[in-house]
Amino acid sequence: MHPRWTQLQPTPKTVHTSVPITYTSGEQLEVYRFSLPVTVGVPLLALFLQAFLPRRFPGFAVYLDLPLLVTIYFAMARRNPISGLFTGAVIGLLQDMLGHNPIGIYGIAKTVVGYLASSLGVKLDVENAGARFLLTLGFYFIHSAVWFTVARGMVSLTQNWSWSRGLLAGLANAFLGVILYFFLDKFKQRA
Amino acid sequence: MESVLGRYRNLVILVGVLFLQILGLAVQVKRSNDTENTRLIRVWAVDLVTPFERVLIWAQDSTGNLWHNYVYLRGVRTENRQLKEQIEQLRLEQVRLNEDAVQAHRLQALLAFKEQYISRTVAAQVIGSSGSDSSRMLYIDKGENQGLKRDMAVITADGIVGKVLQVFPSVSQVLLINDQSSGVGTILEKSRLQGFLKGTATGEVVLEGVMSDEQVAPGERVLTSGGDQIFPKGLPVGTVTKVGAGKDLFLNIGIKPAVNLGKLEEVLVVTERQERQAQTADVGRVRAADILAQRLPSVPDKPATVATSPSTVPVGSVAAPKAVVPKPAPAGGEAIAKQPVKSSSGGVVAGSKPASAAATQSKPSTAPAVPDPAKVDAPKVDPATANSQDSPH
Repeated sequence: MHPRWTQLQPTPKTVHTSVPITYTSGEQLEVYRFSLPVTVGVPLLALFLQAFLPRRFPGFAVYLDLPLLVTIYFAMARRNPISGLFTGAVIGLLQDMLGHNPIGIYGIAKTVVGYLASSLGVKLDVENAGARFLLTLGFYFIHSAVWFTVARGMVSLTQNWSWSRGLLAGLANAFLGVILYFFLDKFKQRA
Repeated sequence: MESVLGRYRNLVILVGVLFLQILGLAVQVKRSNDTENTRLIRVWAVDLVTPFERVLIWAQDSTGNLWHNYVYLRGVRTENRQLKEQIEQLRLEQVRLNEDAVQAHRLQALLAFKEQYISRTVAAQVIGSSGSDSSRMLYIDKGENQGLKRDMAVITADGIVGKVLQVFPSVSQVLLINDQSSGVGTILEKSRLQGFLKGTATGEVVLEGVMSDEQVAPGERVLTSGGDQIFPKGLPVGTVTKVGAGKDLFLNIGIKPAVNLGKLEEVLVVTERQERQAQTADVGRVRAADILAQRLPSVPDKPATVATSPSTVPVGSVAAPKAVVPKPAPAGGEAIAKQPVKSSSGGVVAGSKPASAAATQSKPSTAPAVPDPAKVDAPKVDPATANSQDSPH
């Protein structure tokens, strides 16, 4: 077995140490897990806020995608591609169900993002703010590209891509993502 | 083979999950009425999210009510005074509109028009949205239990909002007019050109179906035409903001919706509509010339004449417009009934009054000394006769 995979095996118990652990290479990556209430509650809360906040802030749904940020976070923290893709699929499908378009457009896009985020999480250090910002920005564009491809290619939705709006939305999501990930870090537990 | 599957296990699962979703998507796309087929699945999502939204809205409203009802009472006296002034203004406006409405009803009755009335509405609160830029819709807190059905019109006092797309037991989805899949039959208020309203991918609203050789000016109001069988005719839709050359010989007309679709809190769902023949009160036979004469200004009388205050005109009666000063009938109505000219058939012809008025005035002994202003205001006076008799010169 590849030495990297041996590193990812769950340790029997967590050792608490006063020495701060720094992650500077792929050989020292930690795998995290989340409690059931957090695993279920956070995606639901993200979906709820995504549906509720546009009532007060009409531009919210145009620029921000909270379910995407939650998908990216859980996928990167768990560092398990299968877990990541299923997290993305479930969150994406639930997001589809709240709209009136055919179910599966967000599901496919978020499945891809969940898989890539967790795969990348295995290889890269995704703990610092700069990396998180850039990764979220990148995943936003991947998500948009997959979404547009499916929406136009399969469902024939007339969607126009605007680079200025896309870039602005990407930056807004990345910025919010860094703050949100910092908050969600409080809930993660070492596996 | 087994080793290959083991090595690429993650990728195989990814492809499998994607394949299943694409398959599901293809099935939905193939079936035309996809919202019905996926209704059950959507109910789950709605049931999962809307209870939280209801609780939050309730908490928000309770806090807001507490503030507005008990704490924030400054300026109520001033506001009350302003509202009273506004009521006075509206009363004057109402008199004018009543007059127009009565006339419109009379003409509709003459032409055997059928009128559509919104006979019943259900007020609903907006509790959420789809949360997606590609699906412009709202969730309202009323559903099947309150009598809502698919394709019912959703409006506000300012104009139309959309239509009911899906109905769940206590929640409904409303498709907004700026969604790509929406369509509303419309008519331009002045030019009377018909078209259909559609949403765009960016959330704008455009009017399609107007030929490029037609003249449409920015600022013109757009109303519902009733042609879509969803929205009653004559409801405000929006205003023309820009007119440009479109494709295929049609104009590209941008519309600003009458309703701020981004900040809706309460809406009305039209649950019942009635269609009936236009009716009007029996005011006797009235000729078009008499109606026209009413609307034309005449020479005002001296101050001693009976002045009819607009606010005292009963609703539904035919009141004279402000510009026309009614000529009071003397006791017994002799002045007007001086030369009643009747046709051989008994109908009233030029220079005479309608039958009802003539009947009253043909009995001087029973007629009141001071005439009822409402009766005086009725369209009974021939302008030519009136001018010749009342003119001081």
